[in-house]
Amino acid sequence: MTITDFLFFAFAGVTIAAALGVVVSKNPVHSALFLVLTFFSCSAIWLMLEAEFLAITLVLVYVGAVMVLFLFVVMMLDINVAKMREGFVSYLPVGALFAFLMLAIMVYVVGPVGPDVMGTAALDNAVVHPADYSNTEALGEILYTDYVLAFEIAAIILLVAIIAAISLTLRRRPTTKYQTPAKQVKVKRNDRLKIIESDAEVLK
Amino acid sequence: MDTSVIGLTSYLTLGAILFAISIAGIFLNRKNIVVLLMCIELMLLAANINFIAFSHYLNDSAGQVFVFFILTVAAAEAAIGLAILVTLFRNRRTIDVEELDALKG
Repeated sequence: MTITDFLFFAFAGVTIAAALGVVVSKNPVHSALFLVLTFFSCSAIWLMLEAEFLAITLVLVYVGAVMVLFLFVVMMLDINVAKMREGFVSYLPVGALFAFLMLAIMVYVVGPVGPDVMGTAALDNAVVHPADYSNTEALGEILYTDYVLAFEIAAIILLVAIIAAISLTLRRRPTTKYQTPAKQVKVKRNDRLKIIESDAEVLK
Repeated sequence: MDTSVIGLTSYLTLGAILFAISIAGIFLNRKNIVVLLMCIELMLLAANINFIAFSHYLNDSAGQVFVFFILTVAAAEAAIGLAILVTLFRNRRTIDVEELDALKG
């Protein structure tokens, strides 16, 4: 076991434990916080796979934006936690059975045990990059050339998501008073101002 | 120096375990839409681990580009999903899946 192996097992253990925490937590706020821990330890594992740009993106975008959004929504909603947990125990056997079956099949196909039908055990074309190698630069080079169309479509998807999320949650309350800019602009002097002629008076 | 015991299969196994946990989570928390959305995020993360592991061990950056796009789409999905959730809660005062039966499904 090298030091890298030790780090991998440590971060993988934290990832799995935190993922279990997401699933079994009673309180959705705790679930969201466990998910943050999962993302953090996962980004450490991505760093070990030399995907530095994506590891930082995972922390910035997911922990910084998406999980904060989750926490906002979870804390805003008034959820009856006890009612939400109904049936948790009764679904436990079937859930665990399905999860175990899927895990067994996937580990059989790609895992270190089993007949290695996909040839993944021997697959190792990893290159040790020099210290001045920039993962961000390599990613940007193919992102802005080979995948530029997909990149633009991703931008449009984000724009659509912004508009959809805002228009879904935007609410005009009938009791709240708003200004109407069109009416404000249309106003003439005569609507507001009245000139009254009066004689001058001398004050004693 | 000892030889390393981790390889591509270790990362793929980690992805498989995360995926299985999120499958179990969808079964167990099927009443709570918020936790269901979190389990979907966990599943996407498991897929991303596989992509990045293959990208590293095949020495091909294309896998990382895919992860980039998955992250984009997942962020959009989370935003719209939570917006729908907020609208739903405003109208029904509940996010219990069992009570969302207006379509008689």
